[in-house]
Amino acid sequence: MQLLKSYILPRIAQWVVVIFVGVTVTFLIPRFSPINPVDDMIGRMTAFQTIDPQAVVAMRATMEDLYGLDGSLLEQYVAFWQRLLKGDLGPSFQNFPTPVNDFIAAGLPWTVGLLTTTTLISWLLGIFVGSLVGYFQHRRWAQVLERLVIVIYPMPYLITALILLIVFAFYIPLFPMVGGAQGSPALTWQYISSILRFGFLPALSIVIGGFAFRFIMAKALATTEIASDYVQYAELAAVPKRRIVLSYVIRNTMLPHVNDLALSLGAMFEGALIVEVMFGYPGLGSKLFTAISNADYNIIMGITLMSIVGIATGSLIVDLLYPIFDPRVRLR
Amino acid sequence: MLTTIRDLFRFSLSFRFGSLILLLVAVLIATSFFAPYPPEKRRVVPRKMRGKPPSAEYVLGTTALGQDVFWMLTAGVKNTLIIASIAVVIGRGIGVLLGMISGYLGGAADRIIQSIVESVIVIPRLPLLILVAVILKGELTFVTLGILIGALDWAYPSKRYRAQVLSLRERDFTHTAVFSGMNTVKIVIQEHLPFIIPYMLADVVSGFLFSIGIEVTLSYLGLNDLNSLSLGTMIYWANEWSSIFAGKPWVMIAPVTASIIMVVGFYLVSIGISEYLDPRKRLVRLQAHQADLALELEREGARTPGGAFSASLRKEQDE
Repeated sequence: MQLLKSYILPRIAQWVVVIFVGVTVTFLIPRFSPINPVDDMIGRMTAFQTIDPQAVVAMRATMEDLYGLDGSLLEQYVAFWQRLLKGDLGPSFQNFPTPVNDFIAAGLPWTVGLLTTTTLISWLLGIFVGSLVGYFQHRRWAQVLERLVIVIYPMPYLITALILLIVFAFYIPLFPMVGGAQGSPALTWQYISSILRFGFLPALSIVIGGFAFRFIMAKALATTEIASDYVQYAELAAVPKRRIVLSYVIRNTMLPHVNDLALSLGAMFEGALIVEVMFGYPGLGSKLFTAISNADYNIIMGITLMSIVGIATGSLIVDLLYPIFDPRVRLR
Repeated sequence: MLTTIRDLFRFSLSFRFGSLILLLVAVLIATSFFAPYPPEKRRVVPRKMRGKPPSAEYVLGTTALGQDVFWMLTAGVKNTLIIASIAVVIGRGIGVLLGMISGYLGGAADRIIQSIVESVIVIPRLPLLILVAVILKGELTFVTLGILIGALDWAYPSKRYRAQVLSLRERDFTHTAVFSGMNTVKIVIQEHLPFIIPYMLADVVSGFLFSIGIEVTLSYLGLNDLNSLSLGTMIYWANEWSSIFAGKPWVMIAPVTASIIMVVGFYLVSIGISEYLDPRKRLVRLQAHQADLALELEREGARTPGGAFSASLRKEQDE
């Protein structure tokens, strides 16, 4: 009970506040954009024909109403929350009147599929290889691997992606340059294999970056852990080395890794943007980028909202799980 | 300060390598001031030498528009570093200030600052940066871009400085100083700053890593002053003029390689400093010849819980 009152409830309250402030900021910023979506739309409609000026005025009023852009900023803001709490994100401006919900539903499986798989793969691989290298630091292969990671880790993601694209899509055309799949969605081998083929390069680029980061983390953790008495004791007792690493060292260093996994999965929508733009992948990230260039407020809002909720929830889960895993947090 | 750098040179291999690379970068920047013509100017290379691969006369080749890639690169590296420096000074400046205020004042001020920081952290940074950059598109210069990157990169650093201050406050020597009647300002300046400054150094270096990456990314998306040269805009134009498809890969290879070498240099320096900050490892290095003794010491030191590791982990969370 004490824990609930002094730890869990304040933490949940913080979660609510954080999401509220984040959403408010993302509501305000696009409205400073010089691109006015209503003018933009009217400009496109009147580009090839002349329309009676009075009709244009009427059209502008109607459109502002439909877009949720009428009234003062405060009125828009209140109306925005009223709609949001009903689960309505409004229509897209560029592809009026398609609801933003439909856009998100179309992009979500791509982003979640790609990012979840690659995050898990790089997480497992990074922990496993990093811990092994941490344990066998003085072996030759371990040192070679470490040097390699030192070069890969600081590379900006964009550069990794660019190199992969140039090498494996242009010089050695093994993989396609843009797109998510070929053919119409169906449960055939042809369609599924095309998903894998189109997703390979984006996946590889994410795995490389994610692996390097987790490798460094796992290695640092393992290096500290192997100095413990129990590892020394296990070594003296001739416990197989493989078992020391897999069952003892990795298990005892798991807590920060679980922490990292929750945060990474929460930050999925943020990471998706540049990946999808680079590889022309049809998920939420590339949709967000197009929406930003076109000042499509409602789509920006919808996707950013998911991202904010994801990040905030990820760190909430981590904080709530911590006392269960680590009794020392409870004591404090 | 000087002794710190001397020690770093003596004990850290990665610091030696890293500073060598950064020295090379500095030389490259220095040569940019001797460029025979403004490097972004077109049609300066004789007509029959345009769009040619690297040669003795044009070390890194030329573009089809008649620019010399070498001079472009020297200017590009310089400008990218200018953008990154502005971003680091602003971002880490705000970070240090908020973190120290939050850590030393505690109480209500700490709670208010922390909730602001938490709210800023959840806002997706890259989309927000792109959004603001699109809004400012016409007016983007190196200075505004640097300010923009810096203005969005202080939340995580401030959390780390706060954690540093909190841990320093709980150390025995702080209590000793307080009980022996030393005043707060003196404690902060004389006792705590020597710990915070090397930490700041490593943090600043990793700030450079982040800012260089963001500059390249934003420029690739066309969100920079595209008429000026930076590593990012060079990549942007190489991509825009499809240098790879046109069979002129050197136009793309030069900025890409330069940015990799640069970030690796910065990263090696930051590894060197973090290793130096970890007193256990420093002891080990001091007694490198007596390996057994060193191992013993390391194991001895590692028994103190938390410590250096959690600090380094916190650092990694940022990138």
